[in-house]
Amino acid sequence: MSLKKHILDLRKRREQVQKGGGDKAIEKQAAMGKMTARERILALLDKDSFTEYDLFVEHTARDFGMDKKQLHGDGVIIGTGTIYGAPICIFAQDFTVAGGSLGLMHARKITKIMDHALKMRVPLIGINDSGGARIQEGVNSLAGYGEIFYRNTLASGVIPQLSVILGPCAGGAVYSPALTDFVFVVENISKMFITGPGVIESVLGEKISMEDLGGARVHAEITGNAHFFSESEAECFEQIKKLVTFIPWNNSKKAKAFPPKPPKFKGNIEDIIPSDPKTPYDVRDVIKAIVDDSDFFEIQELWAANMVIGFGRLNGETVGFVANQPMVLAGVLDCDSSDKAARFIRFCDSFNIPIVTLEDMPGYLPGVDQEHAGVIRHGAKVLYAYSEATVPKVTVILRKAYGGGYIAMNSRHLGADFMFAWPMAEIAVMGPEGAANIIFKKEIDEAEDKDAMRALKVEEYKEKFANPYVAAAKGYIDSVIEPNETRALLLHAIEVSAGKDDHRPAKKHGIPPF
Amino acid sequence: MSKENKEGLVDFAILSMKYKTKLTKKFQNRVKYDDPNPNHILSYIPGTICEVFVKEGQEVQEGESLLILEAMKMRNQITMPYTGKVKAIKVSTGDRIPKNHLMVEIE
Repeated sequence: MSLKKHILDLRKRREQVQKGGGDKAIEKQAAMGKMTARERILALLDKDSFTEYDLFVEHTARDFGMDKKQLHGDGVIIGTGTIYGAPICIFAQDFTVAGGSLGLMHARKITKIMDHALKMRVPLIGINDSGGARIQEGVNSLAGYGEIFYRNTLASGVIPQLSVILGPCAGGAVYSPALTDFVFVVENISKMFITGPGVIESVLGEKISMEDLGGARVHAEITGNAHFFSESEAECFEQIKKLVTFIPWNNSKKAKAFPPKPPKFKGNIEDIIPSDPKTPYDVRDVIKAIVDDSDFFEIQELWAANMVIGFGRLNGETVGFVANQPMVLAGVLDCDSSDKAARFIRFCDSFNIPIVTLEDMPGYLPGVDQEHAGVIRHGAKVLYAYSEATVPKVTVILRKAYGGGYIAMNSRHLGADFMFAWPMAEIAVMGPEGAANIIFKKEIDEAEDKDAMRALKVEEYKEKFANPYVAAAKGYIDSVIEPNETRALLLHAIEVSAGKDDHRPAKKHGIPPF
Repeated sequence: MSKENKEGLVDFAILSMKYKTKLTKKFQNRVKYDDPNPNHILSYIPGTICEVFVKEGQEVQEGESLLILEAMKMRNQITMPYTGKVKAIKVSTGDRIPKNHLMVEIE
């Protein structure tokens, strides 16, 4: 063959394999409202940045007539590219090829790109769209899953790992996304579960649709397995791109700094907060009043909404926000919100992102269901995560910090570097009513007019203890500040702690209360 | 605060303070706690009743088998928690029952 012919031959081969499962399967994919694996990669990555590996890989199965079947690329596309210039390793399962089922070579392609991502120290994005294990390949397919989980774990905390669920992801396959840092789901497209509706009905007699069992909304609202919910694949890709701008390439780097911008919010921050401490407000309004360009990128918006987490920038630098949300369940800590905060704190700590905690905390959620669901061990995760974190940690107490919640929300005692409190902050072992009832029980019981005495004692307690100055007198609070000073002081705190070096006792790893 | 934000606000007591706030779906749908009745034998797993060994009114010794509840391919023996009498049997062979379903009342 002449050189020209070789090149033409390569082009022909490429064209053939790039069609994946062929025109019919592609049509079917489109009919389900889904993009193909290749379209997804091209839509997500910077234009012309995608370089594919292992295009010509073939499966190795010989049983059940598989030797006569050709599966292009073995049902998965892998390669490298960039998102806003940041290097990315990516794999996308191709549902048009044997339903994206996972066989030995399919798994090997995925582990190859994972190894590459880990060695090159760049983020990994996995797009999941697969019917599950390729039954014809038997235990080889199980081996494949295991080798993926192993690499997810090795890479955890070294490179950011993002999972995008754009189709079914069932059985063992769900555990790779579950091991990664951020999971993206799209309404009507994503389906995640361990056992499907068919099995559940036949074994247990419980009837449920796939969407109600493990649809996007379920994982974004109820289970907390997903971090980002969207209504279309295009919206999902925008979320991924935005997230990539907030996080570093790996754990030895800092997130890229952007040109500093003032908040769009003009006005007084204190006007956001109602004067009555029992009236709610949306704590996200406070975050937006503080961060650059008022651009707050919220994570797990729909799940455990009593805790708000997400990224913003201060003077162009990425900061992780953890905030109690008085608008939902009065901002209490419970099992779910503890899980949510703890995991996010650990992500920020692994990837050199300073943590700002905005506290307005009435306490823990009471209830038999909470106690029996293990609010003790879940709540302990927050203590562990904050204490363990060595990135700069700043707390601003907005309105109240009562009891165990005061300790948990990044108090000085857990290693906070900066503790600020607004002048209306109440820092106390419990709310004034409860405290007065206990401390002045005798006086109240013995009084002729019990209610009047109670009211008097509550006022007395409020005056003496429901303020930030008792804690400030002990040095537990560094500074009582005016709300409008908050942004300036946060910028200062982040600037001063740029060289923070907090060494801990050497250990293999801690044992967080998972 | 806009009007829209005020919708769904309810009183919510934490540590004797009453706050105005919204509730989550999960909180509203939580299972209320019921004190367990020691005379009620409930299914601890959903499954199928395979065999029933006792009759209503029968005296049964502690540890004796009352019935078999098949679940997840296991034939689970449901035994008498204390020596007593079977008051009522609420299931029959072949029934497919959910979790926490009342199977037998004893006394």
